[in-house]
Amino acid sequence: MEIGYFPGCSLHSTAQEFDLSVKTVCDILGVRLMEIPDWNCCGASAAHETSEELGLALPYLDLVKAETANLETVLSPCPACFSHLAETHEKVVGDQTLGERLKSVTESRGYEGGVNNRHVLDYFMDDVGLGTIKEKVKTPLEGLKVACYYGCLTRLPGVNLDSVEHPEMMDKIVAALGAEAMDWTHKTECCGASLSITRTEIALRLGREILDAAQRAGADCVAVVCPLCQSNLDVRQAGINGKYKTAFSLPIVYLTQLMGVAFGAPKSQLGFDKHVVAPDVLKKY
Amino acid sequence: MTESSQDENIEVFTYSEIENIEGFIGNFDVTIRKKARSVDMAKCTGCGECVQKCPTKVPSEFDMGLGKRKAIYTPFAQAVPNVPVIDRDHCLKFLKDKCGVCQKVCPADAVDYTQKDEMVQRKVGAIIVATGFSLFDWTVYEEYGGGRYKDVITGLHLERMLDTSGPTEGKVIRPSDGREAKQIVFVQCVGSRDEAKGVPYCSRICCMYTAKQTILLKDHIPDSQSYVFYIDIRAAGKNYEEFVKKAQRESGTVYIRGRVSKIYDRGDKLIVQGADTLAGERVEIEADLVVLATAVVPNPDAVKLAQMLNMPYDQYGFYTEAHPKLQPVESVTAGVFLTGSCQFPKDIPDSVAMTGAASVRACAVFSQDELTIEPKIAWVDPEVCSGCFNCMEACPFDAIISEEYQGRYVARVRESVCHGCGNCAATCRTKAVNVKGFTDEEIYAQIEAPFFEEEVEVA
Amino acid sequence: MPEILNRGDIHAFKNEVLALIGQDASRCIQCGKCSSGCPIAYEMEHLPSQILRFIQLNMRDKALASNTIWLCAVCETCTVRCPESIDIAGIMDALRKICRREGVMPGDKKIAKFNEIFLNSIRGNGRVYELGLVMKYNMATAQPFKDALLGPVMFGKGKLKVAPDKVQDIAPVKAAFSKAKTFIAPKAKE
Repeated sequence: MEIGYFPGCSLHSTAQEFDLSVKTVCDILGVRLMEIPDWNCCGASAAHETSEELGLALPYLDLVKAETANLETVLSPCPACFSHLAETHEKVVGDQTLGERLKSVTESRGYEGGVNNRHVLDYFMDDVGLGTIKEKVKTPLEGLKVACYYGCLTRLPGVNLDSVEHPEMMDKIVAALGAEAMDWTHKTECCGASLSITRTEIALRLGREILDAAQRAGADCVAVVCPLCQSNLDVRQAGINGKYKTAFSLPIVYLTQLMGVAFGAPKSQLGFDKHVVAPDVLKKY
Repeated sequence: MTESSQDENIEVFTYSEIENIEGFIGNFDVTIRKKARSVDMAKCTGCGECVQKCPTKVPSEFDMGLGKRKAIYTPFAQAVPNVPVIDRDHCLKFLKDKCGVCQKVCPADAVDYTQKDEMVQRKVGAIIVATGFSLFDWTVYEEYGGGRYKDVITGLHLERMLDTSGPTEGKVIRPSDGREAKQIVFVQCVGSRDEAKGVPYCSRICCMYTAKQTILLKDHIPDSQSYVFYIDIRAAGKNYEEFVKKAQRESGTVYIRGRVSKIYDRGDKLIVQGADTLAGERVEIEADLVVLATAVVPNPDAVKLAQMLNMPYDQYGFYTEAHPKLQPVESVTAGVFLTGSCQFPKDIPDSVAMTGAASVRACAVFSQDELTIEPKIAWVDPEVCSGCFNCMEACPFDAIISEEYQGRYVARVRESVCHGCGNCAATCRTKAVNVKGFTDEEIYAQIEAPFFEEEVEVA
Repeated sequence: MPEILNRGDIHAFKNEVLALIGQDASRCIQCGKCSSGCPIAYEMEHLPSQILRFIQLNMRDKALASNTIWLCAVCETCTVRCPESIDIAGIMDALRKICRREGVMPGDKKIAKFNEIFLNSIRGNGRVYELGLVMKYNMATAQPFKDALLGPVMFGKGKLKVAPDKVQDIAPVKAAFSKAKTFIAPKAKE
């Protein structure tokens, strides 16, 4: 099977291990990923904050490119990219005038509404299914305690995946891998990544609260599905320890990396060398 | 209750449901299902031996699950009548045909496992609906834990704990570990004033019972501290404002103006994440116990009863009064009166006042031999009526009956039931039905009048 | 001097926001749930509910000058919990747009600057060039050594690229930048 793939800017740079592990896992599941040809940035929140139309035009262009390449399903691992594509799709499908306007703004051939947007969570949960995931597990992650961290994902516009306040999709996938998904208090708290560079102290404060909650829950690692959550909690962990005199050493791993390990993929194909906090806890699997 | 149960003119049906209501003002036929109690009320002396010996314990509904009751039980100590009932869903006799202890120990031979539901008929002239309310299911608030934290309770749970003859004998404890609660946070408007997850209206009773509970808490646990997160304090009753001030000034209750956003646990504390919009600050409180003031909502089966009584209800399921200002205790259906929170959230003084009014209105029905009815009601001309009975379908009040007239069946309007809505008149194809005072001729005349002004003669 | 509220149309700002993004701030009952749950509220000059109040009371300048609207991380906690279903994060976003459109001095210059540089990176390359972005931002805000320790760490992990990733056909991206309007009139409710 072949589906479309929209890595977005982060998966090409700071979140290469996400990119790598998504590809590895999909490969094991027999899913071929075809990158949207010549995709462009979704615009993130910066485009939207400047111009509403620009915020829609950039993801619109990606939808056009996907449709042109006959990609019916597009997998966007980054929640921000996914939200922007899904929201733009929703708006354009529901409003012809807007569609016409965006077509003219982007000077493109126009988007017909033929793309089915997927995030890794609903793709693995609904399209692939827990049954198939269980079947593929070669090394069950027995004894591994995982705090599944969703951040703002479930609240983003265009995203309609799971319970907004108490999501469980990732937990269910993690449990299917044989690991223990911890019930914890900060699943959906904001990590402050968008202020990570400009107001670092805020990101450190929020990151500390999340790591603290994960540690209290007894987690060995935190599973994420967002490149910003990952880099904010992983790369900034030393900063948090420095500022708050804490001693966190919690690996922040992508869900797909855990899947890869459980599926028996070589660790070299999962990008563990990219982590700042070494995920040693996964060595035994 | 005891007094009324002993009055010769009052018949009390407990553990019973209304199955059906027919008829109209002065002539209601009510079918009542007396549910099988499995205890013969005539024989039982209320000695309580059976309850004591029953081996099966079930969470007590009356105590909000904080205490246990037996499978044969009276719901609470002062319940009328003092005759227990067997809960067949939990009794071993009914589940596994075992035990039978209650029957063995009963000195009056009152326990009867074979008892069946019994239908009884009563003729009544007026009906007062006082079916009360339910509490909003707050577990939709996932941000408050969605029911996952044992120490997040409702005001009713606390009410049971504060009762010295209640499940904790007046001790206020944390259900999770049984420790006495010292730092208690009250969260107002849980479900109320929330159009997204709850109901838009104010539940009216929470501000005052919360103030009362904080005062009682200070009495019960002198070193406790209560915090109340509120949006507005609604204390608009006689001495109500003073009462809230008493809570603040004498019991030291701290009121914090802001709706709580999230509750989660940290260690053995609950973190209540709020804000004080007056201080302009976000605040958190480490609580031992969190008490939610859940919204007052109609009973789940409120609509069913309304339909039985042909009685309108609002978008929430509260029964609608005939007029919000001038007929607050009458329903639109003649002979049916309303009181208490089945109409809208009400506190005790309001409910008592309303019940007095409803009772007097019901007595007024009986105090006269003839009823005065509204003049604007429908009338069927039997000469013209073709007997299609479309009007019967159209009538929302069940006011139209079929009656023999010169060898054929025609429609007739029961004057005491008709409200003059005109649905029947609009439906009638032969123009046999008219609303008195609004006949077709009269309406045509009114329409014509302005166009032929000069021809109108003033009599 | 106290602010005289009725010198102009008290509904003007509320109506402006309503017309721009279809969000009616006058529905806000000031319950404060948005402020209670806002993870950034500690750092804000005004609570989110106060910004809503400014809109209700036509205190336009005060709302637009507040750092609150820039600190908002658009995590949407306020929006999903609002009992009146007001898109509060969306309102913050709209206020930022008004500031940009009118050249109002942003309440937090660094965040505004960062977002500007971020956007320029997309305008030029079609994709975000993270290293260039951070370097430019540090220069623009005169803090060249900010996060200097993190650079080598991330480089060592191969997480930062030396050259920007670019789209081949930049024309449609450029077209979008030059033609896009700040606001799209909200669709009338059916």
